[in-house]
Amino acid sequence: MRESKTGNIHSTESFGTVDGPGVRFVIFFQGCPMRCLYCHNPDTWNAKGGSRMTADELLELYEHNKTFYRNGGITATGGEPLLQLSFLTELFEKAKERGIHTCLDTSGIVYRKERQEAFERLFQATDLVLLDFKHSDPQGHRDLTGQEQAPVLEFAKALEDAKIPVIIRHVVVPGLTDKREELEQLGRIIAPLRNVKGLEILPYHTMGKTKYEALQIPYPLEGVEALEKEKASEAKKIVLETILELRKKKMK
Amino acid sequence: MRAEWNSFKEGIWEKEINVRDFIQKNYTPYDGDEQFLAEATQTTKDLWAQVMELTKEEQAKGGVLDMDTKIISTITSHGPGYLDKDKETIVGFQTDKPFKRSLQPYGGIRMAIKACEDNGYHVDPQVVEFFTKHRKTHNDGVFDAYTPEMRACRSSHIITGLPDAYGRGRIIGDYRRVALYGVDRLIEDKQSQKDSTRTIMYSDVTREREELSEQIKALKELKELGKIYGFDISRPAANVQEAIQWMYFGYLAAIKEQNGAAMSLGRTSTFIDIYAERDLKNGTFTEEQIQEFVDHFIMKLRLVKFARTPEYNALFSGDPTWVTESIAGMGIDGRHMVTKMSYRYLHTLKNLGTAPEPNLTVLWSTRLPENFKRFCAKTSIESSSIQYENDDLMRVTHGDDYAIACCVSSMRVGKEMQFFGARANLAKCLLYAINGGVDEVSKKQVGPEFRPITSEYLDYDEVMDKFRAMMKWLACVYVNTLNIIHYMHDKYCYERIQMALHDKKVTRWFATGIAGLSVVADSLSAIKYAKVKTIRDENGIVVDYQVEGEFPKYGNDDDRADQIAYDVVHEFMQYVKGNHTYRGGIPTTSILTITSNVVYGKNTGSTPDGRKAGQPFAPGANPMHHRDSHGAVASLSSVSKLPFKDAQDGISNTFSIIPGALGKDDAVLFDDIAFELEPDCACCEPNANLDEE
Repeated sequence: MRESKTGNIHSTESFGTVDGPGVRFVIFFQGCPMRCLYCHNPDTWNAKGGSRMTADELLELYEHNKTFYRNGGITATGGEPLLQLSFLTELFEKAKERGIHTCLDTSGIVYRKERQEAFERLFQATDLVLLDFKHSDPQGHRDLTGQEQAPVLEFAKALEDAKIPVIIRHVVVPGLTDKREELEQLGRIIAPLRNVKGLEILPYHTMGKTKYEALQIPYPLEGVEALEKEKASEAKKIVLETILELRKKKMK
Repeated sequence: MRAEWNSFKEGIWEKEINVRDFIQKNYTPYDGDEQFLAEATQTTKDLWAQVMELTKEEQAKGGVLDMDTKIISTITSHGPGYLDKDKETIVGFQTDKPFKRSLQPYGGIRMAIKACEDNGYHVDPQVVEFFTKHRKTHNDGVFDAYTPEMRACRSSHIITGLPDAYGRGRIIGDYRRVALYGVDRLIEDKQSQKDSTRTIMYSDVTREREELSEQIKALKELKELGKIYGFDISRPAANVQEAIQWMYFGYLAAIKEQNGAAMSLGRTSTFIDIYAERDLKNGTFTEEQIQEFVDHFIMKLRLVKFARTPEYNALFSGDPTWVTESIAGMGIDGRHMVTKMSYRYLHTLKNLGTAPEPNLTVLWSTRLPENFKRFCAKTSIESSSIQYENDDLMRVTHGDDYAIACCVSSMRVGKEMQFFGARANLAKCLLYAINGGVDEVSKKQVGPEFRPITSEYLDYDEVMDKFRAMMKWLACVYVNTLNIIHYMHDKYCYERIQMALHDKKVTRWFATGIAGLSVVADSLSAIKYAKVKTIRDENGIVVDYQVEGEFPKYGNDDDRADQIAYDVVHEFMQYVKGNHTYRGGIPTTSILTITSNVVYGKNTGSTPDGRKAGQPFAPGANPMHHRDSHGAVASLSSVSKLPFKDAQDGISNTFSIIPGALGKDDAVLFDDIAFELEPDCACCEPNANLDEE
């Protein structure tokens, strides 16, 4: 009998309704290499915090209340779940064995071609990916997250090759990601990806602020107002129009 | 067959009073969507504008527009009242005009006087004299019989909210019978019941004969009420408008005589739909007309008003009438019971705007048709005014013709009734166990003088032993207090018209209730899994607690705490069952919300879970505020572990959530958008899974 791995888990949420279809059991992974200025879960950054749990323990919590999750499943988020690739793979594989829908919420930042084989194995057990696309411009990406954009693009391509359905998520922050050209560029990146099933444009909110105070970390976006819902709709329209235009062209 | 029943499918319902059989034989399940619904007519809008105007005036006057201070309300006490006679398609008010509250002293003259005084009115001195000198009320009867112990329990709030000074409510007359059979047939039936009572006059037989006579008199008055408004309801209703009107007269008669804590309507929509279907088929009425009847009917139900005191309203958080109407559900033959009328009732929330009354309650089953589920969800989002209850759970015991009284009390319509019993405060009971029956607030010896706990730290086994003994004592006083209350209510404030609309043989549920469940569960968990230190006053009475360490809390799907909650409910119920109950009532209990949790908390000292004196309890079966930290499903899962078989009168959990946390309404799924813009786009694969939620 192989020994069960343990993952480093920040917390679980039994009633997740915004991270994938249906009502979902959401698992927050501990640890993240990104330092997005607008991050609302800074308590998941440190890879050393959290508590050790096995895949079976997590799935037991799910099974306990599975009647609630009939149209849902589990979502791995964080933190950055891909930091714990082998544990994540085991979790998803075991979930699939039990017939549970699996959804991965990730920035894709830790993807490396050299580890393609390991990722392939994860893809086999993944039903849906929520890809958090942070910034459409390479420099903007660096400024916003402290990390390169290239691995994210490569990850997106790998998902397309593996034919994994993807929903793109993008947070619009006033002054950081709300410029027209940035949004059009995002549309240009998404347009050729045939596996993209949806787009969520999320308005920046300030609800994470109290967590920074609790952790005694200065809040990087001090003074930036939450984005109005209407502005987010406008942003979404720009991205969508770009995508549709490009796709139309391609069809002709 | 009677002319009014033309084209109905025959059945045993013709031979005996059996509304369920009539429904099952004749109703048409509806699987379609809401497209057929009609908007409010101009007449409806005019009437509703008038209501809004009167509501404004009522609010400006401090909550009561007018009160009757002279005429004692009976079924026939008042002449007709209208908003606008020419416009109303369904008529009838409790008094001779809308918004005028009736005078109902039978529950208790003191309450009736106070309700008037508090609102700036004065009951006619002759009425006061009559009901203090010559005619006893329910309230007087109860206090004549109460023991000193019962009074002490009442004033220390270990038992509260007792219906001993006001109408108990929670009885649903089968108002549909008036429409289906007409009053004459019902009188005939009651007469034959009276003729067939046992012949040796034991006191219960005598009581039965007297009650049946009262029921017959009430039915005769009901006919009279119809006449006051110009209708002959001695015969069955002949079309949908009459069916609604006849049924409403039955209900109106009940609320003219009873100011009950909950005056629920029953389960009428599927029944009424049978008439609507027939009229649509025959061309008697159009959809627009039928919707207008329904709108006007619901408007009347929204205007049910009672004279009540500010204290009463504080206990129940507002001025609720609990005109609960149960909609949909599944039939035991497997057909769902959604009809077009289910849609029409819910549609009033759009045509008349949103309102808390009548309390439209959907009996939810996973097997209800998809279209109806979506319509409910949509209406809920738009109105926040629909209550949902689990039909799959209740159908097992009550069949497919039960309805909800108040918020969760289920009973077969016309076959079962309930003796409403308020609640016992189990959190306070736990404190009594620790303090040997001494009340932690008044410091008086209220409970039995058991040995108190003297140790500094609480020991779980010791506390449990004492808590069990104290629960056993409390259950005994509580049930016997209720025995007195229901005896006196039957004697002095009998629900004659509601019981006239019941079978002869009625199953009586003897309802009790529990308050402070989550406080008790967390307290016992703290004692078991953490350390709880007692803090005593100068006389050694524990007045506060200090919790050292962490403990599992009810509301997190943690079996250690949830099991305690389960055991408390089960054990308390065992003790309740160990007592004699009035009139063979079957004991049941509820863990209800009605927000009296604030009042109960106010009168209860600090508890071992860390809750401070005076702080509110959680409502109903809810976990304590902010103690459920694993999300809604975990919280609901804890609640769902409570034993329904022990708490068949209902378990309620108040759950609010910000709309944004229920999911996204603006995520774009490409198949949707592509469809809209490019119907033939090759890239759009249907993805039903994703737009499901």
